[in-house]
Order: sequence, then structure tokens, then C-alpha cells
Amino acid sequence: MSTTTTRGVAQPAPAKASQARPRRGLRSNATLNFWLFTGPFLIGLVIFVFVPIGWSIWLSFFDARYTVTPSNFVGFDNYRQILTNSNFPDSLLTFTIFAAFIVPTTWALSLGLALLVNQLRFMRAFFRSVFFLPTAVSYVAAALIWKMSLFTGVRFGLANTVLGWFGVDNIAYLSNPSPPWYWVVLVSLRLWIQSGFYMILFLAALQNIPAELYEAAEIDGAKRGWQTFWYITLPQLRATSTAVILLLLIAAYQAFDEFYNLITTKATWAQTPLMELYKAALGTNQDYGAGSAGAVILSLLICIVTLAQGKIMGFGRGEEAK
Amino acid sequence: MSAMSNSNWSRRSIFRAAAGMAAAGTLAACGGNNGRGGGSGSGTNLVQFFHAYGEAGTEQAIKRYAKAYSKANVSTTWITGTNFEAKLFSSLLTKQAPDVFEFHPQLQLVKSGQVADLSDIIDPVKSDFNPADINSHTVDGKIYGVRMIDDPQFFYYRKSMLEKAKVEVPTTLDELLEAAAKLTTDKVKGIDLGNDFTPVQGNLIWSAGADTLDANNQIAYHTDAVVQGLKQLRQLFTSGHVLLDAPTDWWDPSSLNQGLCAIQWGGLWSMPAMQKALGDDLGIFPFPKVGDNGKLSVTNGGWSMFVNAKGKNVEAAKAYVKWLWIEQKKYQEDWALSYGFHVPPRSSIAAQATKLKSGLPAEAVKLFTDYGHFDNIAWDQTMITALNDVIASSVRKGGDPEAALDACDKKVDVELKKLFG
Repeated sequence: MSTTTTRGVAQPAPAKASQARPRRGLRSNATLNFWLFTGPFLIGLVIFVFVPIGWSIWLSFFDARYTVTPSNFVGFDNYRQILTNSNFPDSLLTFTIFAAFIVPTTWALSLGLALLVNQLRFMRAFFRSVFFLPTAVSYVAAALIWKMSLFTGVRFGLANTVLGWFGVDNIAYLSNPSPPWYWVVLVSLRLWIQSGFYMILFLAALQNIPAELYEAAEIDGAKRGWQTFWYITLPQLRATSTAVILLLLIAAYQAFDEFYNLITTKATWAQTPLMELYKAALGTNQDYGAGSAGAVILSLLICIVTLAQGKIMGFGRGEEAK
Repeated sequence: MSAMSNSNWSRRSIFRAAAGMAAAGTLAACGGNNGRGGGSGSGTNLVQFFHAYGEAGTEQAIKRYAKAYSKANVSTTWITGTNFEAKLFSSLLTKQAPDVFEFHPQLQLVKSGQVADLSDIIDPVKSDFNPADINSHTVDGKIYGVRMIDDPQFFYYRKSMLEKAKVEVPTTLDELLEAAAKLTTDKVKGIDLGNDFTPVQGNLIWSAGADTLDANNQIAYHTDAVVQGLKQLRQLFTSGHVLLDAPTDWWDPSSLNQGLCAIQWGGLWSMPAMQKALGDDLGIFPFPKVGDNGKLSVTNGGWSMFVNAKGKNVEAAKAYVKWLWIEQKKYQEDWALSYGFHVPPRSSIAAQATKLKSGLPAEAVKLFTDYGHFDNIAWDQTMITALNDVIASSVRKGGDPEAALDACDKKVDVELKKLFG
């Protein structure tokens, strides 16, 4: 790790000197350029990602209550504590269910939107922007809108007003966990925010599919619509789909903001892994050891899932492999 | 190096310098907006943390008091949102920790050496404070916080709505459930206990004749009457007579003011806003009795000033707390009575508080004195959170109250062991 840092830091100086030299020199030195462009990013990665990960692993083996520089080594006690005597395992389960639902739904919705927008002959840019805009909204702000205007429990909330037309009684979407209406709130919010962004990814991929393929298929007698979608569009989108699913899965495991604001920590259900870790480490318990142990477990899980998914769906093999 | 490339280079460098200056200017502008009040006053900088009070003018008032202090620059962090305690606790660990903060007396803050001993500044005026407020901040004879305000919490109700539904003011939890049912119409819900029901968790225990912890700091809340009370609250929660997921929570007067409910749990601080909106159509009553041996109860909450013992300027912070919350009675009176209503913890100020001497405020002060339960310093945040989980799993989720209390016992026992060995 340290070699990466020093090389990254050391490089900008010769880069400046090269300014006086003819331009060709800048282009020819590939190694220099590599470090010039990746260096700043790598330094950031090391400082803000790798060091904290290393620190967490170290903390997870110590009794670290009310401190992040502990001295009392406790071995695997924190892991035992977080796995047996906390709500963390429950949260992983809650969460896997959530991911199993939200990932395919977002995938399908953003692909659907991309296909629709791609079909448009006019106002395509307008619709592309409209669907993309929610990406710019923060989860916290959206959570407040969902909570205080769309899904309030009172009769004048939007959802309850609509239900009221059909004579359905007011529903307390968030306070009352049975039946679990809160999932409607959480899932709809996440769909609204996420779909537009992934739609753009799909749209770019769709526009990259060579038109000749469709022409060839038409000559071979494939019907426009379902048949071409199934045998040409979908296989051509495989690399993008894999990346999207991967990103969605990671985003789902990282879910925090909207759960924290909508469900709050004063509940025992719909607590995501990150919320449990927040409660353990940063909330009122201030137990950084147990919190770090949970964080390490979560990181491992994300790694395993990502690798397994890459293996199954062929992430990284890309288009060239075919 | 040719003249051409040289001039080219310098033109670029001018652009770069200009851009750099613009960026630096932006940064400097950010830095100027940190609330530290520039360079006036002496060199000491103090930071104080407050949760966001809902009443208009409160933030300005706290900043005005701080500005009037000449011996240090006091900047105020006004923490909005619902999780003041989590934000406070996590920043106490960092270099950006406040020197002075408001909170409730909790033993783990004393045991971990987080809050400074304030006996020397309080002792001279000790007799002027409400003895219960001194008691709740005392550990082994030392006083760790200065009470700023006492906040009794009880039920508010719309007199006209109860009259119309021919409902008497409830004195038992059974009657409260009945009243909620009778008061519910298609436009108005009978009662509002806060969106998650946790505001009344202490009252449920006290009104059932139990307590959070007993005199020996052992669990005292796990009784049959409390279990029964939890079952009744569950019944109420599912009855459809409760206001849930309202745009504002229990600490805001809006639900009652806007006619969303007929009875609302709230604090004395809401009274001026409610009286303004509803006039005489407003009454109050304590949390009703739970079970046969029940008692009426009121939560005497409130906020106290603490000094961060691990801060850089402990002495300066103590001096500021002494100046504002011991010496400046004008400001203390202003803070307790000019925005929301609060009971002043100092008898000399309470004696002059004409706003609390008559009408509904006087009734509230009577509830405060007759039925109020003050903070127990040993009942700390971890235990409060454990009890929150009981409400969540047995009242809102419908789980077995007995099992929920057992789970709570375990967590509380672990914490008690940490505090008392």
C-alpha cells in the first residue's frame, strides 16, 4: 500500500518539468501518465478507503467502547457479540429479502424506461432528463417528502386521499408495522430515486447496439418486438445488466438514509445492517469494537456476493470475449 | 525556452492564479460563516450544542445570550432533526466536541468522566433550586449539571370535543381507551400519543405503580401491572382511534391545533401556541391510572447544561455556564417564559413568573408538583433505548410484552453492571 502512496505523491514533480519539453514527450511516457492520472485517485482511495478498512479490522479485535484508540485486545469477542447477542444477523436477513426484491424491480423498471425513451422520436431529451432528475435528490430530502406529504397517516396525505375515494380507511404507513406497509414507502422511494440513473446506463448501451444486427435479424425473419428484444437487445445488454445488478446490490446493502429517516431507530423491524452498525458504534452505545466487527462481516459479505455474481454472470468478460 | 512558449506559459499561470484566488476566496467565505463571531472578545472560543427547540425565537435567544458574554466567543450549534442524543454522543468523541452542551442527567456521562463537576458554581445558590432538580444531578455529593428548565409533559384536550362526545376526563387507562373511541370521528382521531408511543413509556410504568429503577438501582419496571398496561396500549394502537404518522410529532402543538385529534400528549412548552390557537377550548390532565393500584403521573423532563470535562477549555466553559445559568436571571427567566412555557427550576424566578400563576399554566404547575416524576440519573440512554424497543415490539408490532420486557431486562442488567459493578 505504501509504495502506491509514495509513487503517487512523487510523480507530479517530474510532470511539471515536462511542460517545457515538446508535447510528444508527454504522450510517449505511458507509465508517467498512468500515475499522473490515477495517482490522485489512488491517494484518495488509500486515505479514505483502505486506511479506514484496516483500522476497522484492527478495532474489531479490541474492546473499544468510547474510544477509537483502544488497548485491550479481546480476540474474537466482538464477532461473537455482534453475531449472537445483537440484532445484526436479523438485519442481514431483512436486508437480503429487501435486496432480492429491489434489485430485479429496479433493473426491470430502468430497462423498461430506457426502452420506452429509446423508442421516442421527439422530446427524447426531455423525457430522458425528467426520468433522470430524481437521481439528483438526496435520500433524506426524498424521505421527508414521502413521509410528510405522500404517505402521512392522516386523511389528507396523498396516498390516503386516493384510498379515501374508494372508501378505504386511513393507513398509518410507517408507525404500524403490521401489515408491513412501510415496505411500500421504502421501495417506491428507492425506485423513484434510482431508476433514472440506471435508465441512462441502459440507454447508452441500447444506442451502442449496431443497427446491422436488427437489419440482419429482420432479413432472417425475426419479428420486431419481443423476438428481437429477447434474442438481440437483451444479450447485447448483458455487460451493462451485470454492472447494473452489481451496483444495485451494493447500493441495497448500503441502504441507510431513507430507513433511518422513515423507520427511525426506535423500531425493531426494517433495520438495515448499516443502521444496526450505526446504533452499535455511533449511536448511544459507542461500541466501536462491535461496530467494526459488524462492518468487517458486511464488507466480506459484499465481496463474496460480488465475486460470486461476477463468476455467474461474467462481469469483466465484456463484449470482447465473445 | 522560446519567448512564445514563455508568454503562453505565463498567460496560463495567470489564469491558474486567478482560479486559485477564486477558490481560496470561496473557501475563506465558508470559513467566515462558522458562527464563531469573528475576532471580537478575548481569545477563548467555546462551542455549545443545543437541540432545536420548536418555538420561534429560541435559537436567536440562545445566540443573543452567548453574544452578550464578553469573556469568550461562544458559538452555538443548533442541532435539528430527531436524534440529538446520537449526534451529541458521537461528536463528544471528536476534536469538534462541544465545550458546553445541554442534555439530561445520565450517570454514564459522569462515570465515563465526560461531564465536569459543577458543585463549586452551584453550591452557593443550591437552596434556590428545586431540590428534585439538584437531586437528579447529584452523584456522591457532587453536582454535575445546571438545570435550565423543567418540562412537565401531560395530556392536552379540546374541551368542546369532549363535551360534544359526552366524555369525562379519563382517570384510568380503560377510560382513556373508551374516550379515544368515542371521540373518533371520520375527521378527528381520538388521541395522539406520538407516532411511536415512546413519549409515554415512563408514564406507563409510573402510572402502573412501578418505577424504572428502585432505590437500590435494580429493575423495578417489570411488573404484572406494566405488562397489563402494555397490552392495553397495544389495544389502543390497533383500535384505529389513534392519530399516527401525522406530519408533526407529539412535541409540536400542530396536531391538536389543527383539529387532527381531540387529546394529545404534549409538553408545557406547547401551551402558549395552543392557547393562541384554541383559546379557552383547552384542558390538561395527567397520564391516567394503570391497573387497580395505579397512580396519576406526569413526566418532569427538562434540559440541563453540562460542561465537557474532556474539552480544551473546561474552566472557561464553567465560567460561561456560571455566568449565564447561575448569574443572569433575566436571561434565565426569558428562556423559561418568553417562547414556550417551562417551569423555572429556581424558586426565586418561579416566584416572579406571573405567566405561570393563573389559569391553565397554573394547573400545569400543579400537575408538575403533584404527579411529576423527575429524571433518574441512573436510568441512562442505553436503558431508555432498551425500553423503546419494548414499546416497538410489544405495542406497535404486537409481540408478547412479557418476552419484550425480558429482552429489555437483559440489556438493562448489562448496563447496570457497567455502572454499578
